[in-house]
Amino acid sequence: MTITQIAYEHVICDPAECTGCRICEYVCSANKHNVFDANLSRIRVVRIEPVTMTAITCRLCADAPCILACPRDALTRSEENGIILVDDTKCDGCGWCVEACDFGAIVLNPSSRLAEICDLCADNEDGPQCVVYCPKEALSLATPEVLRQKSRRKVVQRLFEELMDNE
Amino acid sequence: MYAYTGKILHVDMTTQAKRVQQVEPEFYKLYLGGVGLASRLAYDNVTPGADPLGPDNALCFACSAFAGTTVPVGTKHGVASKSPLTGFIGDSLSGSHWSEMMRRAGWDGLVFKGQSPHWVIVFIDDDDVRFLDATPYMGMGAVEVQGKLRDRLGDENIRISAIGPAGENLVRFASIDNDGRQVGRTGNGAVMGSKRIKAIAVRGTKPVRVADRQGLMEKSLPLIKTTQGPGTLKYRTLGTPANVLNMNAIGVLPTRNFSETVFEHAETISGEYLRDHFRVKAVSCSGCSIACEQWGVVRDGKYKGAKIGLDYEPLFAVGSNCGIGTLPPIIKLVEMADELGMDAMSAGVVISWAMECYEKGLLTKEDTGGLELNFGNDDAAVAVMEMMAHREGLGDMLAEGVKRASEKLGKGSEHFAMHSKGMELPGYDVRSLKTFAMGLAVGTRGPCHNRSLAYELDIKGVFDRFTAEPGRGPLVVENENFACVLDCLVLCKFLRNCFDDFNTEVAELYTMTTGIELTPEELAEVGDRVCNLKKAFNIREGWTRADDSLPPRAMQDPIPSGPAKGSFVSQEELDLLIDDYYQARGWTEEGMIPRAKLIELGLGDIADEIGEDAVVADAAV
Repeated sequence: MTITQIAYEHVICDPAECTGCRICEYVCSANKHNVFDANLSRIRVVRIEPVTMTAITCRLCADAPCILACPRDALTRSEENGIILVDDTKCDGCGWCVEACDFGAIVLNPSSRLAEICDLCADNEDGPQCVVYCPKEALSLATPEVLRQKSRRKVVQRLFEELMDNE
Repeated sequence: MYAYTGKILHVDMTTQAKRVQQVEPEFYKLYLGGVGLASRLAYDNVTPGADPLGPDNALCFACSAFAGTTVPVGTKHGVASKSPLTGFIGDSLSGSHWSEMMRRAGWDGLVFKGQSPHWVIVFIDDDDVRFLDATPYMGMGAVEVQGKLRDRLGDENIRISAIGPAGENLVRFASIDNDGRQVGRTGNGAVMGSKRIKAIAVRGTKPVRVADRQGLMEKSLPLIKTTQGPGTLKYRTLGTPANVLNMNAIGVLPTRNFSETVFEHAETISGEYLRDHFRVKAVSCSGCSIACEQWGVVRDGKYKGAKIGLDYEPLFAVGSNCGIGTLPPIIKLVEMADELGMDAMSAGVVISWAMECYEKGLLTKEDTGGLELNFGNDDAAVAVMEMMAHREGLGDMLAEGVKRASEKLGKGSEHFAMHSKGMELPGYDVRSLKTFAMGLAVGTRGPCHNRSLAYELDIKGVFDRFTAEPGRGPLVVENENFACVLDCLVLCKFLRNCFDDFNTEVAELYTMTTGIELTPEELAEVGDRVCNLKKAFNIREGWTRADDSLPPRAMQDPIPSGPAKGSFVSQEELDLLIDDYYQARGWTEEGMIPRAKLIELGLGDIADEIGEDAVVADAAV
């Protein structure tokens, strides 16, 4: 197993901004299946208790476990943008990829029984539509490095605010 | 027809028989959905003269037109029955995810009639309806039981409407909780309890198909962006608790059971104080881009751990109105009301009435079970909240609502029993809001700030709020009709400032969603129709002009101090305001609806059903 060098952009959610409205779920299913159906959405909002929530979708992991898990080699990575491609002629809906994903980011379409994974709306020039529609800008497109930068800025910002409060 | 399925599920709780009613698109054109649909279902299914807590009442749910789509802020559902508080129509709204889930299960409406011989959970699994034994869940909190049921049914996508102990014990102002939002007012939780339904669980797995998906999404996006602008700023930043300081400043913040209108501790119960010291984050209902619910958590002290999404109305009711001047007990009391399954507004006003009775010596320590029920005693308020839900001691009398409790106690306590038609008043002292006084007195579901938005006319200075003169009726009616259209769609009222041309834009959204052709004019007419429909329900239940009233305190006790000092609503003023309103509605002097008016509104079947003599005094058209 090699360590993948390239880190791809994926859709991330800032839990501090997410209000749990689930508009991302409606938008995703509508774009991919022309109906509003959260069960078909490739991004899901998880709300554990009233104020704890975030949205989860494919993180385009390096050495993606879903690709390794697929017994039929139906999953491959796009060299262009890193998304996980599903070959519908090979996928038989066994669900091993679903089990392999730590984030629960893979959908088994209840009617076709095939795996479906966020493709960053590759066919849309405006990019991921969930990001476009998110009212609170909780969703954004970022690489893990950008994510780290954001976290660092946030933590320093908080230090700054605490300093200001103490004065 | 798209989005709507045209299917209403009827369940007879006595026999567990179910029946599917097929409804035509024309019906939706008349009532839109939400409150309109629920009210029509109540009109058609509540047996006239029914005991609200008996088998002949019908508990009706209706989903919204836009539920489950990208049209933002449109996810509420309507509920209606005959109210155990007022004996008239009890229509109510709630948010969260229920409306979408009903729709995805394939039901536009649900009607529960009869009375189950034992306590049940109704599980609607798409087309299938099952009844589960509710025994293991009895006594559980209205929020707690939802988590327990989801665990048992093994699917976190299931949405649940549940009652708490208050609903089980038929507290007349019991609420129905769904994911922490409530069908709060008018006591629908008691109606659900009377049918012995502890909870209704719904799993819907069907997609929502709309007439013009692409067009609807293109229209939704700019609307979502607009909702991040100035039209919703108040709701996004402070939420409705922003009202505390505003209402206090102009002297309309009900304080100590509506005896005063300025609260000396307003600052420490304000939206600003909540934001700075307790706020964790804002939370939204499904499909809502505003996120108004400001969640506050108490981090230390005796109420440590209490947390709630706090709104102005519950805040005033258990706060200033009970003389409680800090937020921790307020957060605790509202959390309790939600979990026990009671309308926090009514509960707060009932407690404040009991506090005044105690201070005046009309209730003694013996009556209260040893509690020193003075204004500001939060420990006593917490104890009474629990006693009401379980109908223990004094709580049994209070659980009847302030109208019945004061009639039972007597001793002049009726004078400061702050209700109209039996429902407790909302958080604006009407003595110096005379246009709103009109709106409250004539309310079909009792006094309501959500059905009549007339306080805006007073507060914004459209009319002089300290006087009453003829000519305000048309604007009050227009404003009530508009609120009604929002309630029928349902679009949340917090979206109301986000349109340039409401009727045109929303009629288009409605057509793109449902495929039902609807002109802007037809959309606007729904308000008048549904307001009259609800009034017709009341007339059928024996309503008379005397029911359109305000409590004696609002009409006899001048405001003692503050910016509105000296103001009250005299009988002459109220008569004048009510005359004005009836005239603007095209009703008779006695407030009856002329037969021709009903026919003109497309309610001909109601005119026929009730008969001319009952509805129409002397057709004064």
